[in-house]
Amino acid sequence: MIQTKKIKEQIAFSVFRLLGFMVLGVLLWILGFIIYNGIGVISWEFIFSAPTDGMTGGGIFPAIVGTFYLIIGSTLFAFPLGIMSAIYTVEYAKNNWLTKFIRIMTNNLASIPSIVFGLFGMTLFVNTLGFGDSILAGSLTLGLLILPVVIRTTEEALKAVPKTYRLGSTALGANKIQTIKRVVLPAAFPNIITGLILSIGRVSGETAPILFTVAAYFLPQLPHSIFDQAMALPYHLYVLATSGTDIEAARPMAYGTALVLIVIVLLMNTLAGIIKKRFEKNK
Amino acid sequence: MIEAKNVNFYYGSFHAIKNVSMKMETNSAIALIGPSGCGKSTFLRLFNRMNDEIPGAKLEGECLIDGNNIYSKSTQVDVLRKNVGMVFQKPNPFPKSIFENVAYGLKVNGIKNRTFIAEKVEESLTAAALWDEVKDKLNKSAFELSGGQQQRLCIARALAVSPSILLMDEPASALDPISTAKIEELIHVLKQQYTIVIVTHNMQQAARVSDKTGFFMYGELIEYTDTKKMFLAPEKEETQNYITGRFG
Repeated sequence: MIQTKKIKEQIAFSVFRLLGFMVLGVLLWILGFIIYNGIGVISWEFIFSAPTDGMTGGGIFPAIVGTFYLIIGSTLFAFPLGIMSAIYTVEYAKNNWLTKFIRIMTNNLASIPSIVFGLFGMTLFVNTLGFGDSILAGSLTLGLLILPVVIRTTEEALKAVPKTYRLGSTALGANKIQTIKRVVLPAAFPNIITGLILSIGRVSGETAPILFTVAAYFLPQLPHSIFDQAMALPYHLYVLATSGTDIEAARPMAYGTALVLIVIVLLMNTLAGIIKKRFEKNK
Repeated sequence: MIEAKNVNFYYGSFHAIKNVSMKMETNSAIALIGPSGCGKSTFLRLFNRMNDEIPGAKLEGECLIDGNNIYSKSTQVDVLRKNVGMVFQKPNPFPKSIFENVAYGLKVNGIKNRTFIAEKVEESLTAAALWDEVKDKLNKSAFELSGGQQQRLCIARALAVSPSILLMDEPASALDPISTAKIEELIHVLKQQYTIVIVTHNMQQAARVSDKTGFFMYGELIEYTDTKKMFLAPEKEETQNYITGRFG
C-alpha cells in the first residue's frame, strides 16, 4: 500500500519534471535560435547607426532610441494613473457593485486585442486630439494598454500589505492619506515594481498599438520632441521581416533586431529587480 | 479618568457590549478579563475610536476621558489617538528602521524639528526599556528585532507622541515567557505615569500587573473591583468560576 503510494508519487514528479524541462527547453531553443542567427550582425555600428542600403545595412539605433522613449513615455503615463486608481479601489471605494463593475471592466480591458488599442489610439490621440503620429500618441496608446496590468498588480500589492500596519498607523493619529503614503505604499512598492517589469516587457514588444500612432518605417534622424514620429524595435522587426526591399538580405538584421529587443527587456527587468531587492531589504 | 456611561455597542444586529458603566482612575493599571468574544477588546477599542471604521457598528451611551465625551462632534480623532496610545496583540512594527518606527507618530502629527524627534525617540525607547538593546542599530530594520523587542518597540512608538493613556490588547499573548515578563515589568513602571488599560487572557498576568480588574462575559461587565479582591474573594459566582478555571 505504502509502496504503491510512493511509486505513484515518483511517477507524478517525473511527469512534472519532464514537462518543466520541456517548457524550459522550448524557451532555450527560441533564445538560442535568435542568438545563433542574430549574434553575427551585432556590432557597435549595428547598435549606434541608422539603417542604410534599403534596410540591408547599417544599424538600428533610431529604433532602439524610439523604443526607450516609448517605454518611458507609457510608464510615465500609466503608472501614476494606475497606482492612483488602485489606491482608490482598494483603500477608499466601498466594496459595492460599482467597485466590482470597475474591477470587472479593468480585467476586460486587459484582454482586449492590442490592435484595438492601436485603432482607438489613432482615433483619439492621433486624429481627434491632433497629436498626429507621434511619440506622445504612441506612449499614451501603450499606456492605456498596460494600464490594466498596472492597476491589477498594484491592487494585489496593496491588498498584500498587512492590515496591522494600517491599524498601527491609525492608532498613532495618522489619517488615511498619511497611512497610505508613509506605510502602505512603501510596503507595497516591491510588488508594484513587478507590475512595472511586466509592463516594460509588454510595451517594448507590442507592435499593433504603435502601428498607427507613432511608428515610422524609416527615419534616419532621431526624434526631436514628443510630437515627432519614431522608429521602434518591434515594428522595425516586422518591417525587416515582411516589407523591405530585399527581405533575404535583411534577414540577419531582423534576427539582430530581435536579439537587441530581448536584451533590452532583460536589462530593464534586471534593473527593476535590483530596485525591488533594494526596497525589500528595508523591510 | 476614563469613564464609560451606559455603553452599548452593536456590530450590525449583534449586541457586543451591554450597558457597561465603569470608571478607570488616572495613573493606574486596569485589566479587562473574560472569555473569548466577551467584548473586552471591543470595549477597549472604543476609547481610541478604533471601532469607527467598522461597517454597521453602532454605539450608544457615553465614553468620557477627563470629562470630555470623545464621541462628541468637537472631538478630533487624530488628537484623541495621540492622547490614547494603543499596543496590539501581535507586534506590528512598520517595515521601517527602528528609529523611523518611533519617530512615525511625531512625524504624522506634524513635528519636523529633528533634534526634538531624536530626543523623543531616545526618551521613548528608554521608557520602553529598549534603548540599551537598540541604541547601536537605530537605522536597522525593525524586523531584525525579536518578537518581544518588537512589542517593546511598539510601546515606545506609542509613548513617543506623549499620550496619557495606553490601551493594550493582549500585548504579551504572542510572546515567550521571558519577553512577557519584561512587558509586565514595563507596565509596572509605566503605570506611574500613564493610565494603562490591558486586555488579557492570562489571569495571572491580570493579577500581577493591574490595580483593578473588570470581568466581562457575553458583553456584560459582571464584576469590576480591586484586583486583589477579585482574585481572592470575588462577589459573583461567574467570576469565581472563570478565575478558578471552572468556566462553562
